Amino acid sequence: MREFIDGAEAIVRGALDAGCDFFAGYPITPATPILLHMVRELPKIDGVAIQAEDEIASMGFCIGAAMTGCRVLTATSGPGISLYSENIGLAIMGEVPLVIINVQRMGPSTGGATTTAQGDIQFMRWGMSGGYPVIVLSPTNVLECYSLTRRAFNLAERFRVPVFLATDKETVATRTTVNISAYEQVPVRERTLTAAEAEFIPYHVAQPDEVPPMSPYGGPHVVRFTSSSHNERGYLTKNPADVEGLNRHLVAKIDEHVDEITLVMTDIQPGAETLIVSYGLTARAALEAAELARAAGHAVSTLVIYSLWPVPEAAIRAALDGVRRVLVAELNLGQYRREIERLVRDDQQVIGVHRVDGQLISPHDILQKGELL
Amino acid sequence: MIQAERTTYLNEDLLPMPFCPGCGHSTILEKLDEALVNLQLDPRQVVLVTDIGCQGLSDKYFSTNAFHGLHGRSVTYATGIKLANPDLKVIVLIGDGGCGIGGHHLLNAARRNIGMTVLVFNNLNFGMTGGEHSVMTPVDAVTTTTRYGHVEQPLDICGTVQVNGASFVARSTSFEKDLPDLITQAIQHDGFSLVDIWELCSAYYAPSNRFNKKLLYATMDELGYDTGVLFQGDRPEYTRAYRESVQDQRGKPLIAPRPLDTRYTSNLTGPVHCAVAGAAGKKIGTAAAAFSQGAILSGLWATQRNEYPVTVKTGHSVADVILSREDTVQMGKPSPDVMLVLFPEGLKKEQARVADLSEDAVLYINADLLPVETRARVVPLNFSATRQKKEYWAMMGIAALLVDTGLYPLAAFRDAAALRREFAEKNLAAIDASAGLLG
Ligand SMILES: Cc1ncc(C[n+]2csc(CCOP(=O)(O)OP(=O)(O)O)c2C)c(N)n1
Ligand SMILES: [Mg+2]
Repeated sequence: MREFIDGAEAIVRGALDAGCDFFAGYPITPATPILLHMVRELPKIDGVAIQAEDEIASMGFCIGAAMTGCRVLTATSGPGISLYSENIGLAIMGEVPLVIINVQRMGPSTGGATTTAQGDIQFMRWGMSGGYPVIVLSPTNVLECYSLTRRAFNLAERFRVPVFLATDKETVATRTTVNISAYEQVPVRERTLTAAEAEFIPYHVAQPDEVPPMSPYGGPHVVRFTSSSHNERGYLTKNPADVEGLNRHLVAKIDEHVDEITLVMTDIQPGAETLIVSYGLTARAALEAAELARAAGHAVSTLVIYSLWPVPEAAIRAALDGVRRVLVAELNLGQYRREIERLVRDDQQVIGVHRVDGQLISPHDILQKGELL
Repeated sequence: MIQAERTTYLNEDLLPMPFCPGCGHSTILEKLDEALVNLQLDPRQVVLVTDIGCQGLSDKYFSTNAFHGLHGRSVTYATGIKLANPDLKVIVLIGDGGCGIGGHHLLNAARRNIGMTVLVFNNLNFGMTGGEHSVMTPVDAVTTTTRYGHVEQPLDICGTVQVNGASFVARSTSFEKDLPDLITQAIQHDGFSLVDIWELCSAYYAPSNRFNKKLLYATMDELGYDTGVLFQGDRPEYTRAYRESVQDQRGKPLIAPRPLDTRYTSNLTGPVHCAVAGAAGKKIGTAAAAFSQGAILSGLWATQRNEYPVTVKTGHSVADVILSREDTVQMGKPSPDVMLVLFPEGLKKEQARVADLSEDAVLYINADLLPVETRARVVPLNFSATRQKKEYWAMMGIAALLVDTGLYPLAAFRDAAALRREFAEKNLAAIDASAGLLG
């Protein structure tokens, strides 16, 4: 059985099936449909959905609720992500599980409200002070809006870190046909909690890459949270050993587990000299381009990256093996191309296929740039 | 088990607090402790949310839950915590500086009447960063950023939150004997409560302005500021009011797939890209959705993309629908195979695509918009003659297009147009009225 559905609804259904029970957001095109869905749906399961006074407050509400035991979601677009920035830093520092839907629109600044773009790829990763890691997933279609939203919630719990879903106006607003049985049912990962009778040391980890279990406000323990450098008890500290331990932990818990986060789709053709790399909605054009190129007798391989951050370096290197040229297609002027460029060998050429005129990259654009016509 | 009476909520092993000698912060925190002792609350049911600034160093010294966040944002975390668990007692400690940068959040928490208690540690300047002026610094005061005297009007935080809906508002000083009682009352209040507590900053404001207890009271007098409870009202606390307002939704079924079964067949082979160009408010998107759903009912795959200006009730409205036999990735084609142009706004927007249509393409167009420059086969549709409302022209045009192209059975489109029962009758009537369009 099929249905006709857009990405916004798929994201919302994914969030609800992932156990989301709290949403705060501020209206912005093209992310507003997610707010509207959540405001309608969450009261049905005794959850809370609220329009905050601005995006700073949206994130503040989400963070407070997450620390009080909720599974939280927010959704916005470029200008809103800018306002989220300080609290994304706080959520990294305090290790708050939360999911942020970024429905990308054209920037910079207010840019083009109803124009699709993929211009926040580096911003999502680096747009906070300190430069500590977050996780960014990017769906290429409606089905993946559902499944990657579910994964995003699980990763947020697994790593206690903000997880972005990097989507775009086109994917969220376009309605398409999907096979209802094709939605991937990702099992729900529950929050890891400290047992009621156990002592709760809010930030205690035995190894740097471990993730400390949580305990909600109002639960069995006294809970301390701080966005300042802290020791394992959540007390502000300048002790160099504690500060270094904390900062290295924030990186290690992600970096040492990239394999758990990595999600790519590779389609390697024997003897292919060209690899087309893409992500998000542009991957749809990339796959179509590959099909056309193959039909015309060119051997090409494809790599679709769903987990943009942390960069799935091992998977990218594996896909790069044996090719001579890499086409990177994205709706910006080469943001993720930088990551590919640092992974290629000297004898491999990286060619960017970019558009920033508000139009989508077409399969034809990719074929032309790659001289595969 | 009966809990022994608590004699303090301070983490005594971590004392003393790090404040300068003579700083009012220590006094206010002791009074807060007294208030907590009065109330005998379970420390796990109290969340102390501290803002940035010297007062923000205090959470460590309390045995309750604590949340120390960003400058000015304490009220937002407090709101999230209270929204998630309305049973918690949430107490915000914020400086006069925090009231400036976080003023917007204070206004909105007051306006919503979120159940939290905000204690303003008002030392009339930024203590932590070196004695700069805040939104509460009195006129003429010397601070490190108003070396030659201060010409800004100070913010009346009590008046501000009160006119915006706060349900408990009080003002006091660190010298007032009844401060613990005032704080106790504020915490007991069910709704947004704020106590503006004046005090001395012994590092900056007091020495720079030869300020002392006497002058502090004199300044309050000059501003017409009384101490004590200034306002107490009885308004529903937000986090409970919210839950009550949505109560009848509880248990209703969540949004779920709306299956479209295959009831018809289509002879379509390759993908077909159709573009419908119309005007805002003329149900272009709705008709295109029915067109897509009819295709799905005929075993096809459909993708629909809408284009319209941000001001949705004016200008063009264009929908691109791509139909295909297979579930393959469909990005659309550079030039549509079929176009339906209904209104001048749509034609204006789509002039270039109309001109670029190939000889194999078909252009269905409102006859009133002719002539147009195109290589496509032109099929004029005589809408004016049908005397149907413009809101239904898209439905009619698509019906005519289906009859002419045979993309899929008209019956499937009729079923799709009737999917939303409240519009079924009018949609079906419009489809029936389309018979004469092709002339
Ligand atoms: C976003 C941001 N801007 C600036 C600062 C620097 N800062 C730290 S404390 C402070 C002022 C605090 O003044 P107040 O709220 O009155 O607290 P006090 O130190 O007087 O207790 C400022 C501006 C900051 N921490 N964060
Ligand atoms: Mg101050």
